[in-house]
Amino acid sequence: MEDLFNYIIGRYNYWAAIILLLIGLYGMIAKNNLLKKVIGMTIFQAAIILFYVSIGDKRGATIPILDHGHGTHQAIEAAAYANPLPHVLMLTAIVVGVSTLGVALAILQKIYRVHGTIEEDEILETIDQ
Amino acid sequence: MSLEQHAIIIILAPLLGALVISLIGGLHRRVAYLTLVAALAVSFSSTIATLSQVAARAAEGPLHYFLGDWQPPYGIELVIDPLNALVLTMVAGVSLLVAIYSKETVRRESPDRLHHYYTLFALLVAGLLGITATGDIFNLYVLTEIAALASYALLASGRGFAYYATFKYIIMGTIGACFYLLGVGYLYIKTGTLNMAEMQAFMTRPALLHSESIRVAFILIMVGLWIKMAFFPLHGWLPNAYTRTSTTTSCLVAPLMTKVSVYVMIRVMFGVFTLPYAYHVMGWNTAVVWLASLAIVAGSIGALAQTNLKRMLTYIIVAEVGYMVGGAWLGNAAGLTGAIYHIISDGLMTACLFMAVGAITFKTGEINLEAMRGVFRRMPVTAAIFVVGGLAMIGIPPTCGFFSKWYLLSGGLAAGHYGFVVALLFSSLVNAVLFFRLFEIGYYPLFDAQSEAGQHDKVVVAEAPLSMLVPMLITAAMILVVGLYTSRIVSGLIEYALPAGLKL
Amino acid sequence: MKKTALIIIAVLGILLLRAAEDLPSWGDPQSPASVHLSNYYLEESYEETSVPNIVTAVLADYRSYDTLFETVVIFCAGITVLLILRRTPRRWPKVISPRPNRPGADIILQTAARLLVPMMQLFALYVVAHGHHSPGGGFQGGVILGASLILLALSYDIEMALHRFKEKFVLLFSAGGVLLYAAIGLVCLYLGRNFLAYGAWADLLGISELAAHSHGMLGVEIGVAITVLCIMFSLYIDLASGGDLDEGL
Repeated sequence: MEDLFNYIIGRYNYWAAIILLLIGLYGMIAKNNLLKKVIGMTIFQAAIILFYVSIGDKRGATIPILDHGHGTHQAIEAAAYANPLPHVLMLTAIVVGVSTLGVALAILQKIYRVHGTIEEDEILETIDQ
Repeated sequence: MSLEQHAIIIILAPLLGALVISLIGGLHRRVAYLTLVAALAVSFSSTIATLSQVAARAAEGPLHYFLGDWQPPYGIELVIDPLNALVLTMVAGVSLLVAIYSKETVRRESPDRLHHYYTLFALLVAGLLGITATGDIFNLYVLTEIAALASYALLASGRGFAYYATFKYIIMGTIGACFYLLGVGYLYIKTGTLNMAEMQAFMTRPALLHSESIRVAFILIMVGLWIKMAFFPLHGWLPNAYTRTSTTTSCLVAPLMTKVSVYVMIRVMFGVFTLPYAYHVMGWNTAVVWLASLAIVAGSIGALAQTNLKRMLTYIIVAEVGYMVGGAWLGNAAGLTGAIYHIISDGLMTACLFMAVGAITFKTGEINLEAMRGVFRRMPVTAAIFVVGGLAMIGIPPTCGFFSKWYLLSGGLAAGHYGFVVALLFSSLVNAVLFFRLFEIGYYPLFDAQSEAGQHDKVVVAEAPLSMLVPMLITAAMILVVGLYTSRIVSGLIEYALPAGLKL
Repeated sequence: MKKTALIIIAVLGILLLRAAEDLPSWGDPQSPASVHLSNYYLEESYEETSVPNIVTAVLADYRSYDTLFETVVIFCAGITVLLILRRTPRRWPKVISPRPNRPGADIILQTAARLLVPMMQLFALYVVAHGHHSPGGGFQGGVILGASLILLALSYDIEMALHRFKEKFVLLFSAGGVLLYAAIGLVCLYLGRNFLAYGAWADLLGISELAAHSHGMLGVEIGVAITVLCIMFSLYIDLASGGDLDEGL
């Protein structure tokens, strides 16, 4: 029982990321409204960012900015600082997310101008005609 | 500048070209056009220099370029081996030809904001070249996104229904890219590195070989890439997106995007994971090759049903992706050689056909099969180029299309996978039907219109402008040249590109 | 469609949950991700780059090739939105209905914005400049700078914001920022080192290699900030006005 408890608690960062990811993916596939698809896309990307950032965490570690001053120089204890690499990678992913969101919204505005709606089934009707 | 800097020049030239175009391209459309062509020409000459370097030392191993002088795995490196040197040359070459070709089409299709169009054109090429050259698995994701964003904009330049088709592509493309990113996350958490070569070295550890999360990472990355390359049954977005867009965009995007994704798949299979992992630990081979066979059949049948020329070609792309994925997963040297060779030859064939169809549309204003009517009389050169492309697609010697099919077929026979062999033959047959029907339509003039007017021999030759003809001619010539030099390419380059343990 | 979606997420969910069993537990200091590259950066980066903020050091030096393309992604998005939105003839119906004209109703908003904008911009410059020593850097500072302009456009209208920051310059600077970044790398190439090897600047500036790394990073962060500022503003004005660049939201 305790094992199971530790197992669930010890990895709840992954559970959170996976649940968010599935919600986002469901929105992207199943929603009829294109704007909701875009919202799903944002949730999906946020889930992956959460996943990466949680990789970088170390128990008891602080942010990866060294304590420094002129003249004072001591050996750096790597265990005392969080892993910087996932943060760097996610800065990129955030930027990519913002860019994709901007482009998707621009296309959405154009779709509204051409078809007069952003509901997928109504758009398909106007294309068939 | 020393010789080794060519590796970075390949990517920097189109990137700087894009920036310069966006700064001064607004002055005059000629400035934008010439800058683009110059930047891509520099890039192409660098790929040639790199290719010859790599070919000269093929047995010794790949070229490495450390960005910022940081040793990998701490910094990012470019790795150029025979495999990606070939793909780089193909991508840079085709994009240079399309850039030259685009002079008249872009002017007609997006006269306003022409320099923004060219900026994104150059960025797309920079992204594709960067994807191909990099040796860092996360850097690959960033460059994929550049190529994807630029292609969204270029595909949306078709107006009207193109926007909806592009939106579908954005959604699918983002799912694909996110799957890839998630897979990279799993790999990173288990190995602690992002450098492909180092990751592969770690991958032989028994703990990782049978790890569930590594297996999931492999599945996620593969599915992500399959979405990106429109592999059956994830191909739904491609025909619409590529058909509804402008001529220039389809000439640029259709030959390059899917091929580069196939390259990435081969790179991940044998450059990040290992040959035994991809073929034996996963145990997917047969299933994937069956899926590829289905892709070929579905793409061919889809192509038969179309009356729109461009749409027909997009379904052929779906079938061709099946060729390459199937070849890569057959699990023997001939199949993989065929897949790699087909990346090059299919890039050329697709470019040739799309450019020829674009030229016909440019002159006639039509995109249906009827646009072909009388094309042999009116546009003899374009028609000849179309015939070369069509024959290559069918797989008639000495075009390069024949040799890639030859390797794929012998790979399929060696692996005993007769479903794939039958699918290949079926697709060749369908292509023959498709293209000979088009040749027939093209050969006969517009009977009814002429007999009514009572004129029989008054045929006006209205060829496409020279800026379109020259790149098309070069592409058609390259199809023949690559076909004639097949044995040199295979024994000099592709043989070294095969992973250890798979030799011809 | 809903059924397909449910099947897909069920399959994916099972796959991911099974994989999660295999992953190290949260915050495990011994997980492979936290020992290999991470320890090298934590232990060596101050020696090699003289920048105490290790995230900045990795971002702008060890992986600065990535960051260059990250800036290009932003630039690419800006151009993409421009290309998509600003081509239509104006005969289509407006996406966003014009706001009701209520003179004087925005006075609190506008006064507050006038007070806030300079503070925000000052803070943004601090975030850019102090990114070596504290959380911050080009992207963060650039976003705050962009937000200050967006606030201006929100509380007045887009025309007023564009009056302060001409559209011509928006485009010029967005390419200029990336160009600044690439130029810093190209100078290294020209001086016979590899692309983005900031050490090459040491002789040019007459400083030590270590200081050259630090200065190089500052330079590229400034380039990033300029591009991000311009593109954030450009994305907002285009999306909020549907490409018409009139009053906006």
